[in-house]
Amino acid sequence: MIATSTRSKRRLLGLSASAAALTLLASACGGTGGGASSGGGSAAPSSFSFLSATENTVDRAVLTSLSKNECATENKALPLSVQTQPQANLNEKVQLLAGQNALPVTFHEDTPTTVVQLAQSGKVENLEPLLQKLGVEDQLLPSAVSTVKELYNGQLDALPAEYNIEGIFYNKQIFAAHGLSVPSTWDELVADAAKLQTAGVQPFSASGQQGWPITRLIGDYIFRDLGPNAMKDVADGKAKLTDPAYVAAAQKVADLGKAGYFGKGVGSIDYNTALNTFLTGKAAMLYMGSWALSNIGDPKQDSVGAANIGFMPFPAVAGGQGSIDQYPSNIGLGIVVSSQYANNTEVDDWLSCVAKNYGTDSLKGQSTISGFKVNTPVPAANAVTTQVQTTMSTATSSVLWFEALFNAQATTTSQQDAAPLVSGSMSAQQFMSAVQNALTSGS
Amino acid sequence: MHRVLGDRRAIAILLGPALLVYSLIMLVPMFWSVGYSFTKGNTIEGFTWHGFGNFSHLWSDPNAHQALWFTLKYAVVVTVGQVAVGYLLALLYVFFLRRASALIRTLVFFPMVLPTVAVGLLFKALFQIAPQYGPINQLLVDVGLHPIDWFSSTGTAFIVLVIMDVWRSMGFYAVLLYAGLVDVPDDILESARLDGASGLRLVRHIVLPLSFPVLMSSLIFSINGTLKVFDSILPLTNGGPGNSTTPLTVLMFNTAFDYGDYGYGSAIALLLTVVCLLVTLVVFRVSRRDLTKG
Repeated sequence: MIATSTRSKRRLLGLSASAAALTLLASACGGTGGGASSGGGSAAPSSFSFLSATENTVDRAVLTSLSKNECATENKALPLSVQTQPQANLNEKVQLLAGQNALPVTFHEDTPTTVVQLAQSGKVENLEPLLQKLGVEDQLLPSAVSTVKELYNGQLDALPAEYNIEGIFYNKQIFAAHGLSVPSTWDELVADAAKLQTAGVQPFSASGQQGWPITRLIGDYIFRDLGPNAMKDVADGKAKLTDPAYVAAAQKVADLGKAGYFGKGVGSIDYNTALNTFLTGKAAMLYMGSWALSNIGDPKQDSVGAANIGFMPFPAVAGGQGSIDQYPSNIGLGIVVSSQYANNTEVDDWLSCVAKNYGTDSLKGQSTISGFKVNTPVPAANAVTTQVQTTMSTATSSVLWFEALFNAQATTTSQQDAAPLVSGSMSAQQFMSAVQNALTSGS
Repeated sequence: MHRVLGDRRAIAILLGPALLVYSLIMLVPMFWSVGYSFTKGNTIEGFTWHGFGNFSHLWSDPNAHQALWFTLKYAVVVTVGQVAVGYLLALLYVFFLRRASALIRTLVFFPMVLPTVAVGLLFKALFQIAPQYGPINQLLVDVGLHPIDWFSSTGTAFIVLVIMDVWRSMGFYAVLLYAGLVDVPDDILESARLDGASGLRLVRHIVLPLSFPVLMSSLIFSINGTLKVFDSILPLTNGGPGNSTTPLTVLMFNTAFDYGDYGYGSAIALLLTVVCLLVTLVVFRVSRRDLTKG
């Protein structure tokens, strides 16, 4: 009897120990939910968390500035906390956090298809009704709103923290020294590049490591040649990237690489090095977005001087259906708001304050143009900023960029293969086939 | 001791916790992953049954074929490099440096303790062409040769990867094989020498057969490590140029976590598991051969 009782006690002890071990393991495996309970609705976060792409220093600088000044009250109620993640792994991180119901209150996301998926599964807030409820929907520029909607399946799924147009920044001194005028057609651009190359000046600075500064050229050539709907036709299946006209665009950019216009080792050049090469006068041109105005306006980075830098639109293609005044535009990374926390009073107060003050603070503190209205006039920092601002306010229509409507796989393939395309280890046909395959198999 | 190990309950108590932990963190995710490979979707949009769709895609996907070919090529070349250089170093320690080998062993082992990412960045800087020449390209220019853009073509990027991984791991395999070589009895070596064996003959007929078990262990370690290479690739080439140095592991990671296709990512993981299993079985089968009879 005693023996049986001891045995059952031991068994009970063993079972309890096993259960405790399992509980410990299960709790160790579980993710933390960013300081809030999981599930839908308006949960209460412990902070106004913002997951920022490491490379994008502007958005978090503006939010930090707002937290200390215009939004100090909101920050006291719900302190801003910023986390960073290199952009190369941002999409992966957001997907993992979404899977664990642990998305931060606000975050950057660089792949529009992921944002659309998140919105469809109710994890990302459609901001239009929310901003209307808060009475601040008029704080967003209508053109920025239309760009956001174009990207995200007709919904306002992100705040346009930046509103950029893209084009070619050029070094006025180098152009003048070599007797060049601003090119208005692709052929003139190539002729100018050839003159510069012959004179021993690197014509273009571009980051092959990032890839997109090269694929942007392909996209823009396509828009100029085939018209503003050319990439939508690919997304809708009406055209293929392997069609001769599309391959021709890739070939034009590959030819620039073959002629050595991007300098040595373009595949190893990262974003900052490409920017630095131009801002220190070692290259004549840089294809970039208006977000670079903050670097151009910073004398520590820009030894050429903002007064010596000009901005030109991507040139027209002779006989093309697109127009030179259709500027490629984007909203940078876009700040997405997690549905889990939207409609929470403190979060809404923050969003309201951001909507009212972001535009002014971004322009004043970072020389960057956002998709929010500038409610307090800010004098332009330099002539090139004025030029870009004027261009933006007078532009009548815009286009997206090469990868804007691609899935994540096609985006990665395109940007990964950009360097091999311009270094000659991949032909234009192979490049477009690889991206088209990724587009087909990844959808 | 015999009584304790003869008792089934004692065995269960001794093995139970380890088995439980192993099952939870190794076996359960493995079977889970196999389950995922029959689905399509991700944690955001949910999973739907996809049957054998992922496997048929695997069969026809040129990216997967490229990654499998690269994985096998990389595994064979780096394994041969790591074990051969390690074995030569071990022979150097035992037969030439002898007691003085401690310092050299430590120095050669040192790269092993560095984080792989740091080693990757170091080699990237060593071989870079822009914005400044790295030391290797500077050396080429100094001796009148043209600098090479090492990371712009598959062949040269592969060479840098192999050099880096052999350099990083040779110290580890040298120490492992050294432990096997010092176990070769001195009297056998002495009698072989008295019989006239020396140099290569001594190594071929005495040292190699007697150190064969540890050589096989090194090969299995190395081939399994190199088949699953991940952290060397990311900082050095990130799978490029294009996707030409993308192994199965990186393809699997990108597919599952970047492209959001967990099902296909799991199918790639399963392929990698099968490849590892097959290679290990082949190595085991080969290791049964008795070298002393060859």
